[in-house]
Amino acid sequence: MIQTVEGKGRYGRFGGQYVPETLMGALSELEEAHDSALADQEFIEQLNGYLKDFVGRENPLYFAERLTEAAGGARIYLKREDLNHTGAHKINNALGQALLAKRMGKRKIVAETGAGQHGVATATACALLGLECVVFMGKEDIRRQELNVFRMELLGTRVESVDKGAGTLKDAVNEALRYWVAHVEDTHYILGSALGPHPFPKIVRDFQQVIGQETKRQIVEKEGRLPDAVVACIGGGSNAIGMFHPFVEDENVALYGVEAAGGGISTGQHAAAIAEAKEGVLHGAYMYVLQDEDGFIQEAHSISAGLDYPAVGPEHCHLHDIGRVHYTSVTDAEALEGVQLLAQKEGIIPALESAHAIHFAFGLAKEMHPDEILVVCLSGRGDKDVQTVRDALGGGVQ
Amino acid sequence: MNEFTLTMAIRKRNEKGQSAFIPYMMAGDGGLDMLHERISFLEEAGADAIEIGIPFSDPVADGEVIQEAGSRALKRGVTLRKVMSELQAQLHSIPLVVMTYLNPVLAYGVSEFVEDCKRAGVKGLIIPDLPHEERGLLSDALIGKDIALVPLISLTSSLERIEKNARKAEGFVYAVTVNGITGVRSSFASDLMDHLTVLKGVSNVPVLAGFGISTPEQVRHFSSIADGVIVGSAIVTAFHEENLEKIQSLIEASRTAVSQ
Repeated sequence: MIQTVEGKGRYGRFGGQYVPETLMGALSELEEAHDSALADQEFIEQLNGYLKDFVGRENPLYFAERLTEAAGGARIYLKREDLNHTGAHKINNALGQALLAKRMGKRKIVAETGAGQHGVATATACALLGLECVVFMGKEDIRRQELNVFRMELLGTRVESVDKGAGTLKDAVNEALRYWVAHVEDTHYILGSALGPHPFPKIVRDFQQVIGQETKRQIVEKEGRLPDAVVACIGGGSNAIGMFHPFVEDENVALYGVEAAGGGISTGQHAAAIAEAKEGVLHGAYMYVLQDEDGFIQEAHSISAGLDYPAVGPEHCHLHDIGRVHYTSVTDAEALEGVQLLAQKEGIIPALESAHAIHFAFGLAKEMHPDEILVVCLSGRGDKDVQTVRDALGGGVQ
Repeated sequence: MNEFTLTMAIRKRNEKGQSAFIPYMMAGDGGLDMLHERISFLEEAGADAIEIGIPFSDPVADGEVIQEAGSRALKRGVTLRKVMSELQAQLHSIPLVVMTYLNPVLAYGVSEFVEDCKRAGVKGLIIPDLPHEERGLLSDALIGKDIALVPLISLTSSLERIEKNARKAEGFVYAVTVNGITGVRSSFASDLMDHLTVLKGVSNVPVLAGFGISTPEQVRHFSSIADGVIVGSAIVTAFHEENLEKIQSLIEASRTAVSQ
């Protein structure tokens, strides 16, 4: 157990700034720039303008009628982040941080990507704003998400393959951090999840909470009240924190975060860091981290590249500790069921990440009363996963 | 408080008009049974202290050479716990400085780790992902143990941070000579001299330069302007290639430097 130390960016005992000294100056510069940007009406208007006209916000809160009927319980709504430009919630943060980089006078961007959604979102924001971009991506993820690599290249981004470790998201973050340390004076690191040293978890949350804010407004318009439950999937936790944050003070709204259980928690082949409940430091923050008894970080396992990360952002760790959010997990096989369920009941092919939330929400809705309301964050669309899903289903639909 | 043993070892060298030399070696590269042999070799070759690197799964502050050495050690099953146990089995008179990332220390347990360091004769710790603001995590456990928590200070540190960090520095100031990770470099920033001069001006302990110093010429150059140099990747490579003469030539270079 860690002692409480004075430091910045704490969520209970989680968070902090565990990074090489070379980055400390950049982090404090970033914190100041972010605070001043959020207080600057002109910046907010510029961001909102892009979110509206470029990203296509606000996106719908959609009543999933046939899914609701199939569950036979709570009324299920889907927050359609999959309808954003580039197909996922990642663009909200990528655009916000790219604008921030420009404000700081940094014309070069480095980013990491797992599924490729954050990489594509960052490449897109950089093309939009005329910034130079390099994205680090694990070799295994490049194999799994070949088309996203080409998308990034089409957008003018350089994609660097990382073949260290298992060649997944964790290894891509390591390389992106090394690159940032070496180029920190003219480069901003657009971290894609609610992870990393302070102020990144806060910045990502600030740019993602538009999800929860819109949801709140939309559900009140449609139902005249707040939902009874909100569900989101968790890798690092960016869509979930964006969805949950505006609801945290609303105690009657139950919040559920769904981790990736991979082959099953008991197999050890999973990405469910909260379920495993081991604490430690990775990529600059104190969090729940998958690790062995020697403190070596373990590889995460999930069919979904976007959830394939061995830790969960510090604010989620704290929300778990204080019992405000219930964290649970869904296996690869269940997520595949979730993909088919949503495709066939609603005509929406979800990203494998979001399918974890769909599967859990469907089960939860069954146990809820028909008067109750459940919102699921549909964080991304499934086009990028069609090949993976086909392979996993043995080439045919079950 | 008395000066740290580590600081005194560096000063002893400086009092002879020479610059200190601290080599870095990756514990367990080549097998953990080589550890004592290599420490003794470096001590006899004239090192003033030895930095012992601990392999880690995610060494974000390290370049290719040390990453690869770490991977070789990891493949042999080397862990922080095994290194600490090996170090306790045979003590050395030369001050040892353990360089490890933070998470293995947390998994070990901070107070147990510090006790084992004390027993193993470890005189300093370098934790690259523990900046000044977070050092409270270890500093309480280190009080009165004669184990210096050596700070890294980088080219990007603001003057305010440099002063804050350097004033409270223990052991020595590890002046990071490049923006980047460890590894071989052919060139250094032009304002590096100013940086080192500022550091020496505000620090109460010796200022040693490290990161990217790999050739005898570079050792000679930095030895002439800093109180000492730390050489990592070049030593790791030399051990890996069993080129011990290379190590001797690096140490000799530090001895022949003329201070400016």
